[in-house]
Amino acid sequence: MGIDESFRGLRLLDQLAFGETAVHRLDPRAKVLVTLIYVVTVISFGKYDLSALIPFFIFPAVMISVGKLPAGFVTRKILLLSPFVLMVGIFNPIFDRETLVRIGPIGISGGWISCTSIVVRTMLTLGAALILVGVTGLPAICSALEKMGMPRVLAVQILFLYRYLFVLAEESGRVSKAREMRSFGRRGLGMQTFSSLVGHLLLRTWQRAERVHMAMLARGFNGEFHTRKEFDFGLRDLLFLFGWTALFISLRFWNLSQFLGDLLTGIFS
Amino acid sequence: MSHHIIDVKNLKHTYADGTAALRDVSFRITHGESVAIIGANGAGKSTLLMHLNGYLAPTSGEIRIGDFPLTKSTLPEIRRTVGMVFQDPDDQLFMPTVHDDVAFGPFNLGLPGEEVEQRVNEALEQVGAAHLADKPPYHLSGGEKKRVAIATVLSMTPDILVMDEPTSGLDPYARRRLISLLRDFRHTKIFTSHDLDMVMDLCERSIVLHEGKVRADGPTMEIFRDEILLAECRLEKPLSMQGCPVCGRGRCRS
Repeated sequence: MGIDESFRGLRLLDQLAFGETAVHRLDPRAKVLVTLIYVVTVISFGKYDLSALIPFFIFPAVMISVGKLPAGFVTRKILLLSPFVLMVGIFNPIFDRETLVRIGPIGISGGWISCTSIVVRTMLTLGAALILVGVTGLPAICSALEKMGMPRVLAVQILFLYRYLFVLAEESGRVSKAREMRSFGRRGLGMQTFSSLVGHLLLRTWQRAERVHMAMLARGFNGEFHTRKEFDFGLRDLLFLFGWTALFISLRFWNLSQFLGDLLTGIFS
Repeated sequence: MSHHIIDVKNLKHTYADGTAALRDVSFRITHGESVAIIGANGAGKSTLLMHLNGYLAPTSGEIRIGDFPLTKSTLPEIRRTVGMVFQDPDDQLFMPTVHDDVAFGPFNLGLPGEEVEQRVNEALEQVGAAHLADKPPYHLSGGEKKRVAIATVLSMTPDILVMDEPTSGLDPYARRRLISLLRDFRHTKIFTSHDLDMVMDLCERSIVLHEGKVRADGPTMEIFRDEILLAECRLEKPLSMQGCPVCGRGRCRS
């Protein structure tokens, strides 16, 4: 997977934020808060909890369908990260061999359950974060966070980072293409040229930073950042916030999967 | 109105590494003039431009913009007076949306919200980019970026427009549009460019820099007719003044 391709993914994610759905129109603060509460709730489960996590798939599912996000794209982005997540949990089955659950003759050890739990939780939280960006856009998230008390300097930093990520991605795409075209086979693709390439990118970034600063000064920048204030926290946002929060909290203390399972086994026994 | 005047006297600039970029530059540009600063690569054009809004300070010499000498205390006023458009629009467009970017200058001038809004709309309207207001700059094409970059400066209602290589990187159509847009501006205009055909279209006066000095200063047509001067300064006649490559006939408008 080349730089170009991952860059296209970033662009697509960014463009999703220009959608015109009910979720897109919500106040960014409501969306940020709901996502935050969701992430905290999902993380707060114990290490062997697995069944209780299943109902939490409802949040990403609803957001994707109402926000008209391409489900395949979001899933692919999450799967892309899953090997790293697996690395985190992969040792659990080796060290934790105590059998916790039995399905017929097969015993499942606590290690496998906690490993799966880690993977599921990461997928849920990553998915929620991706969806938040997809239905809100990073700039709006930033200004929402700022309104909720994040230091302005940090918000501005993130905005600049995000803005120039696109420029940097294009630049590094060009540089690495130029290198590939002039390296035949394995020659020229080694670590040594790579480090010099990265060094050059860094220097260029530095020069660009200087020019951007110059452009800011030329337009009277004096350390203050002003933006349009156009947020309006209305009834719909309030309903969105409290509705989801209530659901998350009740799902946290009340295992829906287990309830449904008990119900089913109750009927059949 | 005297604040449209730029007066540069014996300007010298030596960079910290010892490179003497400007050796002795003097000129005076008056109200409403459209002037091109031309010269080979490394002649000192960019260094000169960076002095005009006080980003670089002269090693020696003096710059006056309008009624003010360029000093630290007059910088804010001078930066409002001189609108600077950079060569690479990506350096100039750093806010999340086009609208925010055009509003950046007026907000820094301390204008109230409604006034800012009005100026943003006017500036975008003027460059024909009103429909781009809510887009992020990185989704724009090269020509769109350039026009938005100009709008970010227009919104501060400058008296003097300074542009570094305005037509670089534009396709022929975008270049044409930009030239006719610039022709309509009533500001005092200063361009640097290697696009000598554009210079001929837009500027009645040209200043030729060569190795950090003013080599010639006069009517554009006269300068472009002086072949010895052009060759010395590593320049060429604009294409439209050269003979036709197919039939060999010259079409110099002399």
